[in-house]
Amino acid sequence: MSTIVLLLVTGLGLGALYFLVAAGLSLIWGLMRVLNFAHGAFFTVAAYAGFFAATALPASPWLQWFVGLLAGILAGGVFAVLTEIILIRPLYRRPVGQVLVTVGLALATLALVEGAFGSDPRQVTLPDWMNATTTLLGAAIPNTRFVVLLLAGLVLAGLLFFLQRTRYGLIVRAGVENRSMVSALGIDVERAFTLVFAIGGMAAGLAGVLGATYYGTIDPSRGTTMLISAFIVVVIGGLGSITGSALAAAIVGLLQQFLNFYAAAGVGDFAVVILLAGVLLLRPGGLLGGPAT
Amino acid sequence: MSPRFATFAIAALGLLAAGLPFIGLTVPGLFEGPLNSPGTLNLLGLCFVFGALALTYDIVFGFTGLLSFGHALYFAVGVYVTAIALVRWHWSLPQALALTALVALVLPLALGAVCLRVRDIPFAMVTLAFAEAASILVLQNPYGLTGGEEGLALGSGVLPAGLIGVANTAHLYWIATGVLAATGAIGWWAVHSPPGRVWQAIRENERRVAVLGLNPYAYKLASFVLSGFLAAVAGVAYLLLQGGANPQITTANFTLVLLVMVVLGGVGTLWGAVIGGIVYEYLDFRLLEFSNGSGLQDLPAVLRVPLSEPLFILGVLFIVLVLFLPGGLGGLLRHVPRRLPRPSG
Repeated sequence: MSTIVLLLVTGLGLGALYFLVAAGLSLIWGLMRVLNFAHGAFFTVAAYAGFFAATALPASPWLQWFVGLLAGILAGGVFAVLTEIILIRPLYRRPVGQVLVTVGLALATLALVEGAFGSDPRQVTLPDWMNATTTLLGAAIPNTRFVVLLLAGLVLAGLLFFLQRTRYGLIVRAGVENRSMVSALGIDVERAFTLVFAIGGMAAGLAGVLGATYYGTIDPSRGTTMLISAFIVVVIGGLGSITGSALAAAIVGLLQQFLNFYAAAGVGDFAVVILLAGVLLLRPGGLLGGPAT
Repeated sequence: MSPRFATFAIAALGLLAAGLPFIGLTVPGLFEGPLNSPGTLNLLGLCFVFGALALTYDIVFGFTGLLSFGHALYFAVGVYVTAIALVRWHWSLPQALALTALVALVLPLALGAVCLRVRDIPFAMVTLAFAEAASILVLQNPYGLTGGEEGLALGSGVLPAGLIGVANTAHLYWIATGVLAATGAIGWWAVHSPPGRVWQAIRENERRVAVLGLNPYAYKLASFVLSGFLAAVAGVAYLLLQGGANPQITTANFTLVLLVMVVLGGVGTLWGAVIGGIVYEYLDFRLLEFSNGSGLQDLPAVLRVPLSEPLFILGVLFIVLVLFLPGGLGGLLRHVPRRLPRPSG
């Protein structure tokens, strides 16, 4: 029983990280039809920015952690906005070109981070409370899992509020539905492009720092792994659907944790790909997506 | 280029490539050591293998318009299936090659049948996911078959004597040259055959092809399988040249590198892709040498760190190319770029 509870919470925590990366990917895809390969780079850069901001500050561990979190979100957001303005914007009329520049950016960033900070994982210092565990239904669960889950839940609620209740959210939703109609109505959709990149970058930045909290280490290559899992999550959940991404992220995280534990290491990762193939065969638009476009 | 000149140029280049191991010339700056030294021949062989691989990717991406992110998987089939059959099961080379050929046909057929149910970017993501699953499998080292992170060295006694040792590098080089020539010939024939023309029609407008009464799915699958099979052939040549399998070639990053090669050379032209593959591998190798060399040690860290990462330089080069030269190197050679970057807005 306690093992099941532990796997449940850990799997959901992993799913929360996937969701944070996938949410931005899904919005960017939905609105701009850009498959952003640089999203993993946002994650990685934010993880390192958070790490160095935290270690540079002679303060209490909690304050350090918090500053690292803010620095990561900021770094992810700024990096994403710069990417959109400098690289994506000149290519608005060349969709494949947009994918290609993000590929180049992903490769170059990964190489630069590896060159500057080495490819070995670095240990992250956390507040004592986060290294401790809480007993829940007989299972000793690391407290970091709750932190990750709580923050991802807040982001989900915030995103839904933004999309459903604000004017800009309305523009984004309408743009996902029919972009040319929105510009025909005289609304500057391109400003919304920068906005979704900023939101997506900040969410990926948050995921970068939370990933460091979750695993206790940072390394340059985790962003790529996260990106691929997030791709899978986005497709399973339905491109452009935030709730779909949240649901799919939970399913993928749980499936990985349970099968990697009960079957064998690696089986969970494999099963996720099989699930992806199954979903595409039965519902090509994803769980909560419309018809495939 | 007129067709007659092109034929002549290809024949001349082929003769030159085949005769290279007999030429003891040194080309200062381009290669260290004479042209027929094992080091140079190995590098050139690898360049040719990547030229062939880029060409196979161009068939599916440049000619059929399928943005596959799982092409590394089929290259890896050629590398790993052959290596496992040779090293773990002690099969002879022909037996191992027969098995590889079988897997290289069946796997793209099965995976392509699933992946091609979706289009465009979802297709890209699904192919990526399958390749990633294979990469995980290789790293997990199931039953001790793949060697995990350490890879799988061919070792002694596995290959026929003529394919082992520094002295026989010329033989391996000839194999690589042959693979490139064969891939080029098959690729050229395929894209100029009637199905090849349908591929290009699908790239331009898939719906219209369907309206004309052709089944795009079957044609796309054929393109996917052909390119996957030829990629596996290139994989075998790579395995022989490298003397072993390493898991880097299974990763998603490797597929991205392939994409860089094709775009570098020019999408949708076979020889452009070949040039892209050759130039990329050459640059990658030379930049690595350059980064380990002494010239960089005196530079401040701000310059030294980026310059010592080949992938950083190539990634930036790639971005610049996509932004300012959409036709790639091939477009540059052919004529002045037709499409200049348009202003935004």
